[in-house]
Amino acid sequence: MADYKWPAAENRSLIGKRISRLDGPLKSSGRAKYSFDVNRPGMLYGKMILSPYAHAKVTKIDTTAAEKMPGVKAVTLIWEVGKEVQWAGQEIAAVAAETEDQARDAARAIKVEYEVLPHLVTDATPQQAGADHSKQLSEQKTGDPDPAFAQAAATIEGTYGSPVITHCCLESHGQVTEWQGDQLTVWASTQAVSNLAGEYAPAMEIPAGNVHIITPVMGGGFGSKFNSDVWGFACARLSKKSGRAVKMLLERDHELMVAGARPSIYAKVKVAAKADGTLVAWKSESWGTAGPGSAGNPTLPYVFRPENRSSRHTAISTNIGPARAWRAPNHPQMALITMSALEDLAAAVPMDPLDFFLKNIELTGTLAKVYKEELLKAAELMDWKKKWHPRGQMVAGPIQRGLGLSLHTWGGGGHQSNCNCTIHPDGSVEVSLGSQDLGTGARTVIGIVAAETLGLPLEAVKVNIGDNHYPASGASGGSTTVGGVSSSTRRAANNALNELLAKVAPSLGGDAEQLEAVGGVIRVKGDTSKFLPWKQACAKLASTPITAAGQTSKDLISSGVGGVQMAEVSVDMETGVVRVEKMVAAQDCGLVINLKTAESQVYGAFIMGITYALHEEKIMDQQTGRCLNADMEFYKLAGLGDIGELVVHMMTGPGYDDRGVIGLGEPPVISPGAVISNAVANAIGVRVPTLPITPSKVLAALESKGAKA
Amino acid sequence: MSDHRSNGSGNGPGNPGKADNANPENAKPEKGVSRRSFIKGAGVAVSAVTMLREGLLSPTAAAADAKVAGPGAIAMTLKINGQAHKITAEPRLTLLDALRNNLDITGAKKVCDRATCGACTVLMDGKAIYACTLLAIDAQGHDLQTIEGLSAEGALHPIEAAFVDHDAQQCGFCTPGFVMAAKSFLDAHPQPTREQVTKGFGGNFCRCGTYVGVREAVLDAAGRMRGGRA
Repeated sequence: MADYKWPAAENRSLIGKRISRLDGPLKSSGRAKYSFDVNRPGMLYGKMILSPYAHAKVTKIDTTAAEKMPGVKAVTLIWEVGKEVQWAGQEIAAVAAETEDQARDAARAIKVEYEVLPHLVTDATPQQAGADHSKQLSEQKTGDPDPAFAQAAATIEGTYGSPVITHCCLESHGQVTEWQGDQLTVWASTQAVSNLAGEYAPAMEIPAGNVHIITPVMGGGFGSKFNSDVWGFACARLSKKSGRAVKMLLERDHELMVAGARPSIYAKVKVAAKADGTLVAWKSESWGTAGPGSAGNPTLPYVFRPENRSSRHTAISTNIGPARAWRAPNHPQMALITMSALEDLAAAVPMDPLDFFLKNIELTGTLAKVYKEELLKAAELMDWKKKWHPRGQMVAGPIQRGLGLSLHTWGGGGHQSNCNCTIHPDGSVEVSLGSQDLGTGARTVIGIVAAETLGLPLEAVKVNIGDNHYPASGASGGSTTVGGVSSSTRRAANNALNELLAKVAPSLGGDAEQLEAVGGVIRVKGDTSKFLPWKQACAKLASTPITAAGQTSKDLISSGVGGVQMAEVSVDMETGVVRVEKMVAAQDCGLVINLKTAESQVYGAFIMGITYALHEEKIMDQQTGRCLNADMEFYKLAGLGDIGELVVHMMTGPGYDDRGVIGLGEPPVISPGAVISNAVANAIGVRVPTLPITPSKVLAALESKGAKA
Repeated sequence: MSDHRSNGSGNGPGNPGKADNANPENAKPEKGVSRRSFIKGAGVAVSAVTMLREGLLSPTAAAADAKVAGPGAIAMTLKINGQAHKITAEPRLTLLDALRNNLDITGAKKVCDRATCGACTVLMDGKAIYACTLLAIDAQGHDLQTIEGLSAEGALHPIEAAFVDHDAQQCGFCTPGFVMAAKSFLDAHPQPTREQVTKGFGGNFCRCGTYVGVREAVLDAAGRMRGGRA
């Protein structure tokens, strides 16, 4: 019988290698069909009318004119008269028409009247926002920071922050819906294929079994696509009313206004160390907004746990739009605040931050050994000791270089996943589960695990995912997919193989316990003369395929990773322009299934991180309450010319592989803001207190430094 | 005409060989009006108004002279990947919507919908353009190539193969735009330097962060295409 435990390094033929993603050819040739690309016979286009006000009560909705517009087949209300909207961009009503332009015209013809109410869209402090808009979410205290500060050799105080940013998925949120009788099909751009039927069913008053969710590929989610959303239900109602399929994907401005935002954070920090660099006390007061709700509750300080520490966080409710989980919720904000303050403290001691972080490494707890190895590896790849200079030490000329570093952590344990593995009598193999591939490479991981388990080449396995008719398997959030699907697939394939081995045992000496599947054959362990090629072995099944199930298996996975990043930047002191010259990551994620797509996750996280460190901000207009940059000209993403040299080192081998599989999507996106901010401070001798680090903020920081001098 | 035009967005350093949508030499409408002829037509209309006021022209003649297409649906013919496609649509239809909605040619994606991100990149007479900001009527009379025309079903163009090998894609939504931009770029720069590649793709954006793979894929594809494997 085959053992389901992960194979030892010397026995792995696919796991841990660099393997091209299975859907790569479909994607790069433009043949992959996203929800946005689904065109059904007779399909209509849906468009919505949105509230232009950030805070208002709807007093009248009149759709009469819109219903008579050319091409219009259905109109549905999303909001009600008398209900208050809490952000500009709130959906009020939707129409379906023959063409997109007709639908847009008709949505505009819906007359909505409002009683406009006062709004708050600025990133206010709790004092500015006032009691009505402030809610203290947490207060923690360990030890006693105040006496510790009094005895410390070095103490710094600083204010740091990061504004609200958006998800900006390239495939906007939305879906195509179609009814056949009381059966609803939804081609949804979602991170939660197996969960959506449970949301549509009560809303549409049909059993969940009547809802078919299909998402073979999807164009980015980053935490913002877990639910059906109001546009999903509106689309289904438009379909129902018109008797036609309806496509309704959000327009870009709508996407940026409401379909995802990461809460802001600002913090006043006081932190102190002994003369030898030992961290002794931390005190912070932080606040931030997640829109009208109170999501976003950081635990400070991050990663390091000094003996004496206290922190308090207040959520500010505003009308900027709703927050959604953004890749590694809370962590990039916590890393920015903590690592900025710690590097400022190291500069005050004064000490090389690499030595400072190593000095305090035991304060990180159980991951201390991992962090230490990663710090040393990253320092080697960055050539840190040669390049580092004390903060503010300048060279001649306008261009100054600097280094920064940061540590991060994440859970990444596996979600609940069910997988079926079917071995057909003709030798073909299918693995099926409901989870989706957001572009992380989940589909390929599933194929690799099944093929490795069955001793087959990757192309011998057909991977069926992204459909709720396959076994229920978790949503893709919190880096939980790889652990869930790799372990359920391993168990399912192993169970199917054991059934096959039992069937073929009579032809190979009778003892299934002595059989193994390796290199495309079923053979007797230790006796290379006794084997059956895979196809002949499967032919023993006669006419009935084997289907075996597997579930998430806790003994194949783990959680809790550590990562270290370093950045080298150059700053033009005359223009304030920051360039990322080089970034290095040393990242742990347990057993790597596919090294190629694992590295891509880290490269991608670097680039997303460069973007939020230097460019991203959801800019709100205080007067009108609207988002001023709900487009891609002014909501800026980094381009190919902005990335510098990126170096990724995955921590693998003994001590890492044996922890089992752990998720990787979130961890590497946590530190980039902190490392770039720290590198800029090192380069120019002064902290730019908030992200994004724009040229004007750099120049303002230099000016304030000049004023102090 | 420069091969590295600014895309005017202020977001990137330049664009790989984007054709000028409003270039009068490229605008040869068979039906309807191009921007240039619209402006010329407007001039005619103004003078026609003057003539009408002075009783020199009948109202019917003035209207006929302006030749404004629409606003109702009109017939158009688009030559895409070597094949003529007839559609009937309002003249305000963009080329991107014509491809995606009227013809079910969905490789070019709609993302920013205003000539910033490059996800809708197709080739017009061999030059990369943003299909989201060109009217379909203005694309008539030109040779259009979409990603569907780059390789036969089941086969990969060397650029597409290089994108797979270098994992220059994650969610993949920006990828067809990058591949078409790469086609235009490599046609103009068959032996690009790393620096040229870095500067040449400022008109395409990716959210997952695949630029490291894209840069390697473009350099590798250049070699594959020079090696006669195209």
